Amino acid sequence: MRNSFADEITKLAQQRDDIVLLSGDIGNRLFDRFKEVAPGRFFNCGVAEANMIGVAAGMAASGLKPVCYTIASFVTYRVMEQIRLDLGYHHQNVVVVGTGAGLSYASLGSTHHSVEDMGMLRLIPGLAVVAPGDAMELRPALRAAFEYPGPVYIRIGKKGEPVVHSNEPDFRIGKALPVREGMDAWILSLGNTLPLALEAAAVLEGRGTSCGVASMGSLKPLDVDFLSKVFESAKVVATVEEHSVLGGLGTAVAEWIAADTGRAKAKLVTVGTPDEFLHQTTHQSSARLWAGLTAQHIANRIVAAS
Amino acid sequence: MNTSPDKLQGIAAALRAEVIGLSHRAKTPHLGSALSCIDLLVALYWECLRINPKAADAPGRDRFILSKGHAAPALYATLCERGFFPRTLLEEYGNDGAALAEQPAPGCAPGVEWATGSLGHGLSAAVGMALAARIQKREYRTVALLSDGECNEGSVWEAAMFAAAQNLGSLTVLVDYNKWQATGRSEEVMALAPLRDKWEAFGWESYEVDGHDFAEILAALACVQLADRTKPLAIVAHTIKGRGVSFMEDDNNWHYRIPNAEELGAAKKELGIA
Repeated sequence: MRNSFADEITKLAQQRDDIVLLSGDIGNRLFDRFKEVAPGRFFNCGVAEANMIGVAAGMAASGLKPVCYTIASFVTYRVMEQIRLDLGYHHQNVVVVGTGAGLSYASLGSTHHSVEDMGMLRLIPGLAVVAPGDAMELRPALRAAFEYPGPVYIRIGKKGEPVVHSNEPDFRIGKALPVREGMDAWILSLGNTLPLALEAAAVLEGRGTSCGVASMGSLKPLDVDFLSKVFESAKVVATVEEHSVLGGLGTAVAEWIAADTGRAKAKLVTVGTPDEFLHQTTHQSSARLWAGLTAQHIANRIVAAS
Repeated sequence: MNTSPDKLQGIAAALRAEVIGLSHRAKTPHLGSALSCIDLLVALYWECLRINPKAADAPGRDRFILSKGHAAPALYATLCERGFFPRTLLEEYGNDGAALAEQPAPGCAPGVEWATGSLGHGLSAAVGMALAARIQKREYRTVALLSDGECNEGSVWEAAMFAAAQNLGSLTVLVDYNKWQATGRSEEVMALAPLRDKWEAFGWESYEVDGHDFAEILAALACVQLADRTKPLAIVAHTIKGRGVSFMEDDNNWHYRIPNAEELGAAKKELGIA
């Protein structure tokens, strides 16, 4: 996803002269082409994320379209107040891109994990929380972010993730993208777990359960029309995300069910990281195993709830 | 421009009486912090900033950010006196539903460029505006007014290093160095001194002035006009918290105290305002 981001933002910067890219001392060589096509519009803001967000806010207030790019954990937790006030309160269309989100940087330890980022940011009024399922979703998501009436957080993985969509989908902020239909169950994936969700659906198929899969694309705004549809038609709906089971998609859907008028018939299963720090040295695949983010585990949870 | 020092002092005295009256009527604190920066605001708004009160949003206007948002009444009184908005707006200050709150909200009134109140945010926004001028090829200058207590915030120094790296000659910081923060002497809470040297060390062209002497303030502000400056400009203004009223000067109780009717009368008398 990372390379697709660099490529897409470079294309956009070629098309419009208001795009500005701010980086938190990351992406060595990644933005060489951007710097060529948009001289004077790339800023290495150093290891100083709070200032980076404030600078972007001042630029946006002056009519520019800034993107802040660095590791997800640093561009969210550390600068929560800057995002809340400079971007949220001032209602500035700044796009904050967190790379290596979720467990992508598992081997770097909990300092680099971001499994509470979306839960925190979705509390900020007017801010959209976007998590594309693959590189094909990322490109239109980025373009849509610049048209959004407020700040947007886009959470992306690392490089080389499997690509699910064969073509660029019709990605809209706040609209789910169904990628596989199903009768008995649905898996709602948020972000880079989309390939995993499809694997789980294939496992279920083998066990005689017809399971649909959707890439939610956005945590906020939440596509409640799509939730209504799947909760009325299926027996079990599972949320799957590289994020804590607290605060993310699982929580948002549970809140929606609690506030809904009782029309949700399906049972909810939430799959995500547990409410604890991961202390072991581990790669992303092992970290997913720790969190129960495996095709077998997801399938088992859905079967158990059926 | 070219207002006589006597006249500037007269404007400042009237604004001081105004903010004391606002504090008394609306029962809002931070009076000492508002009084210490009045002379800086008068110098900026009458002698330095290229602004047109009738076109407050003009793209080429100079930008001013009051980063020490708790001195908002001083900014409101200044903008009102300068003709940005009518007195009726100022008179509603602090009322339920009024545009002007204890700390400025986004777009609350013409001339208010940025919502502040949480310290350490204004300078980064100012850096963003100054860089936008460079990108969009505009000529405006950007000025941010910070408090000394605010310089405790790490984000101020992130912004300071970044602005210097970007050679942001169009950016100016004024520090209202009144030697107090909310609950103590600013020198004792953090090792703030030598403050001018700190800005200098961070790559800024730096000056120290008496923040209540218009000749000194204006001499330093003359540097704002220099088009060929490559370093950002820091003016550390030595000020007195509660300046202008003998029983408020350098008494940190007036960070929170609200003047009663008798104190308001005594203050106005000292300021020579009927």
